[in-house]
Amino acid sequence: MTVHQPGTLREALDLIAGKPEAVPVAGATDLLVHWPARVAEHDRDYVDLSRIAELKAIAFRNGELMLGALATYWDVIHAGRMKEGFPLLVAAARQVGAVQIQARGTWAGNIVNASPAADGVPVLMAYDAVVVLASRAGQEEVPLDRFYTGYKQTRRRPDQLVVAIRIPWRAHDVAVFEKVGGRRAQAIAKVGLAIAHSAAGWRVVAASVAPTVRRCTAIERLLTDGTPVRGPDDLHPAIERDVTPIDDLRSTAAYRKTVMARLLYDDLRGVCPAFS
Amino acid sequence: MHRREGLAKLTGRERYVDDLPLDDFLWGATVRSPASRGRVTAVRFGRGIDWSQFVVVDSQDLPGPNEILLIERDQPVLAAGYVRHVHEPVLLLAHRDRVALRRAVAAVTIEVAPEPAALDFRVPPRPEQIQYGADNVLKHLRIEKGDVERALATAPVVVEGVYETGAQEHVYLEPQGMIAHMDGDVLVVRGSMQCPYYVVKALTHALNRDEQHVRVVQTPTGGGFGGKEEYPSTIALHAALLALKSGRPVKLVYDRTEDMAATTKRHPARVRHRTGVTRDGKLVAQDIEVVMDGGAYVTLSPVVLSRGIIHAAGPYACEHVRIDGRAMFTNAVPFGAFRGFGAPQTHFAGERHMDVVAHRLGIDPAELRRRNLLRDGERTATGQVVNDGTDRVAVLERALALADYDKKRAANKAGGTTRRGIGIATFHHGAGFTGSGEVMLSSRVDVAGLPDGRIEVLSANIEMGQGTITVFTALAAARLGLTPDDVVVAEADTARVPNSGPTVASRTSMVVGRLVERACDDLRRRVNTGGRGKGEGLKRAIMDWHRAHPGGRLVGSATYERPPGIAWDDHTYTGDAYGAFAWAAYIAEVEVDLRTYTTRVTDFVAVQEIGKVLHETFARGQVQGGVAQGIGWALLEDCKWQDGAMANAQLTNYLIPTTEDLPPIRVAFLENPYPHGAQGAKGLGELPIDGPAPAVLNAVADALGVEPTTIPLTPERLMEIAERGARNAEQRRQ
Ligand SMILES: Cc1cc2nc3c(=O)[nH]c(=O)nc-3n(C[C@H](O)[C@H](O)[C@H](O)COP(=O)(O)OP(=O)(O)OC[C@H]3O[C@@H](n4cnc5c(N)ncnc54)[C@H](O)[C@@H]3O)c2cc1C
Repeated sequence: MTVHQPGTLREALDLIAGKPEAVPVAGATDLLVHWPARVAEHDRDYVDLSRIAELKAIAFRNGELMLGALATYWDVIHAGRMKEGFPLLVAAARQVGAVQIQARGTWAGNIVNASPAADGVPVLMAYDAVVVLASRAGQEEVPLDRFYTGYKQTRRRPDQLVVAIRIPWRAHDVAVFEKVGGRRAQAIAKVGLAIAHSAAGWRVVAASVAPTVRRCTAIERLLTDGTPVRGPDDLHPAIERDVTPIDDLRSTAAYRKTVMARLLYDDLRGVCPAFS
Repeated sequence: MHRREGLAKLTGRERYVDDLPLDDFLWGATVRSPASRGRVTAVRFGRGIDWSQFVVVDSQDLPGPNEILLIERDQPVLAAGYVRHVHEPVLLLAHRDRVALRRAVAAVTIEVAPEPAALDFRVPPRPEQIQYGADNVLKHLRIEKGDVERALATAPVVVEGVYETGAQEHVYLEPQGMIAHMDGDVLVVRGSMQCPYYVVKALTHALNRDEQHVRVVQTPTGGGFGGKEEYPSTIALHAALLALKSGRPVKLVYDRTEDMAATTKRHPARVRHRTGVTRDGKLVAQDIEVVMDGGAYVTLSPVVLSRGIIHAAGPYACEHVRIDGRAMFTNAVPFGAFRGFGAPQTHFAGERHMDVVAHRLGIDPAELRRRNLLRDGERTATGQVVNDGTDRVAVLERALALADYDKKRAANKAGGTTRRGIGIATFHHGAGFTGSGEVMLSSRVDVAGLPDGRIEVLSANIEMGQGTITVFTALAAARLGLTPDDVVVAEADTARVPNSGPTVASRTSMVVGRLVERACDDLRRRVNTGGRGKGEGLKRAIMDWHRAHPGGRLVGSATYERPPGIAWDDHTYTGDAYGAFAWAAYIAEVEVDLRTYTTRVTDFVAVQEIGKVLHETFARGQVQGGVAQGIGWALLEDCKWQDGAMANAQLTNYLIPTTEDLPPIRVAFLENPYPHGAQGAKGLGELPIDGPAPAVLNAVADALGVEPTTIPLTPERLMEIAERGARNAEQRRQ
């Protein structure tokens, strides 16, 4: 195993430009899971980003929040103005693992790891986050809701690093995060939901019910149109269009759909006049 | 008294087997079967690895019979050309580098010509699936009292039910592991274990050595829960085979995944009840059928089944009882000892069924239990007359009062999207080995007087977090009027300690603790203290003895004696199954979220009569830990099976409760000293795992008005039950 420790972003980008199979490392909380058993991966090159000061920042500027690629859950929980401006980020961060993971795990790592069950991704997506990618060839911005192309597939090229996550600062009158795990803490989501409403419209994002975290556009349309909803069952046609849950080790497709409908209904009933 | 080894554990200084310093050793690893049943047609060693650098052991390398000696001899140390379950050990490898070893294990291919596997213990095997006897029944046992069929035929009400419990993984903090090396011509094995002499027995048998040439030392053990009762013998044999072949020390330590995948779990069970009752709720007949999944080898299934059926009728008086039990062979990874040892499965069924009966009769579940709990002078299912002076109804009343049961039961269950409920379980647990077991064990404890006047307790009973060292220290100190610092508890090293039996069956404090007391008495007799019987006088007498006998060993000793008036007939399965029972009433309160069907236990009351509380903190710890483990078994812990092996052998996907998932656990003890237990104590270790699952499910039944019958009651399962209930109600309305 070779671990490179570049001190600047420039160095890091040079390194991976020459070694497309090199693996970026942030908090390593995904990368090291079951590490001893994954002997085949021990021979690869790893690029440890943790010494790159430029990637650590969290900044509020020009009407947006900018999370550096090394920003952790802990950083967000403890940053000023976060609870008022981006309560969903704080809510999701507190639901990630336990404090050890919150202190090491990064939002960028959560995005690139591309788990359909991620907790950080749904809230970022509900806030219209944009992924900022950089390579030696230049910068590129990809809206998070278009970042995933399939199960564990992203638009990131091997020579690109995520350098930042940009999130527009908007006033939201609805902001809900739901995580249904197998237990009350330290669990992977069986169903995850982030719901937000602002001047930009409705955002409904679901996790663990499709090959990627994804926007539920049929539900969003139903909310925008004010289609009457008299109970959770009325949401099922839209849910069928939006997501494709499966039976796996952690839950069943039927459970995921039912719970998704009930949570949506329950969360929106008080705030959405069309829900009765 | 503080936990004797507490500081070392608290500060991380305690050394578990994986932490022990070891020079010039090899790592050992196990290559396992990929198939659930079949002939091994080829073992291929992959290219790109210099196999001459590896020590390789297979079944041909055994110096003695290829058998892990336990109740039966059916289980091979290493599969000899035929496998019966996924993960069955086939080959052992050793190498100085652990990563190289992992690569090597992955590079071995074991090819198996598959044969039809038996994978569901609940359905009768097809002829081609039969692999044990004529019917795959590993053990069949039966208890009969009175005339069940007649009583059922005339009973005013008969209530039936079928209940199922899943497997459970022990999740001890420290995974299993062993070190083996030669010390001259003595084979030394050290490791994490509950039963040093079981390991000695297994080693001497399969390695063809006598006891003088085998020494087993228990290392500080990070939890066991029964998982380190029989399985350590296998790892000890494997490490020993590699050490014998290589001539080097070998360390064989499982990681969590291997430990969860390959070692034993609690036996899954299905229990059918057919119960006759009068309209006012008096039990008149109990017809109970217990089936357990034994897995691919006999291991301890016969005795797990035995304890299971003996507890199956519950702590109730009933004149006509029939309990039929079978442990089935399947091609699953063998199931084994787990805290409770069969009783949690049958108590779950029995206590859940009591509530079903109560609902049918329209009687409050607490009242139904009041009417049926054993009174002194009445007989259990095996005909054991219970006459210990404990008021079992009072145990229940205490729990009801602490839980504020009547008010909670009557309260409104609904609140927005949640429903609340409260549930009871009353149950018992027999401590010590069943029937004649303790007599057959013939345990011995020594207490030595040391030249400096201190004393040393020598037993094979081990500390695994439950407090053995501290409790033995306290018992000996109290018996002899010494301070705790005057008492040393010997390391469980079979070269030094007598065989005081295994550290299982809730027997250590009650049975072995009593031997510690008696050995102390014997020591006093031997030093001939005259008037200076205890304390400083005794210390001086011990020192005097050593001055008079330089180099001599001053040892008091005690061997188990059957308490008077106890009789058991193994043939008819009648008589006194246990010297003593502990009695308990547990009450759970739950809140079910109707959106997600998650069940949260919001309050828990655990009241038990255990003879005598020897150490308040430890006793509480046993109860709280057992309740936590029981709640996990009831709601969360779900072994997913694939070809008889666990598909979710990781803590990411096999979830045990966190503190967030647990309620306050309110513990109360009642004491009614048992004359043959240490200071009056009865066994406590297992009791607390018997009650939580039925109490929690009874609370869910109360909350939702459904009758769940299977655990774990995952949200997915509860959703199905509740939706089915709602659909049926809908159909009835139409
Ligand atoms: C015990 C435990 C509990 C957990 N609980 C949760 C949970 O509750 N919810 C949840 O969502 N996740 C959970 N996780 C997963 C993990 O902690 C998160 O996904 C975390 O955000 C990953 O961040 P990281 O910095 O550790 O990523 P790493 O492990 O360092 O990297 C993850 C992936 O992202 C890539 N990567 C990282 N940074 C960059 C970058 N700047 N540019 C390009 N690629 C990059 C890496 O190459 C790798 O492929 C848990 C993990 C553990 C071990």
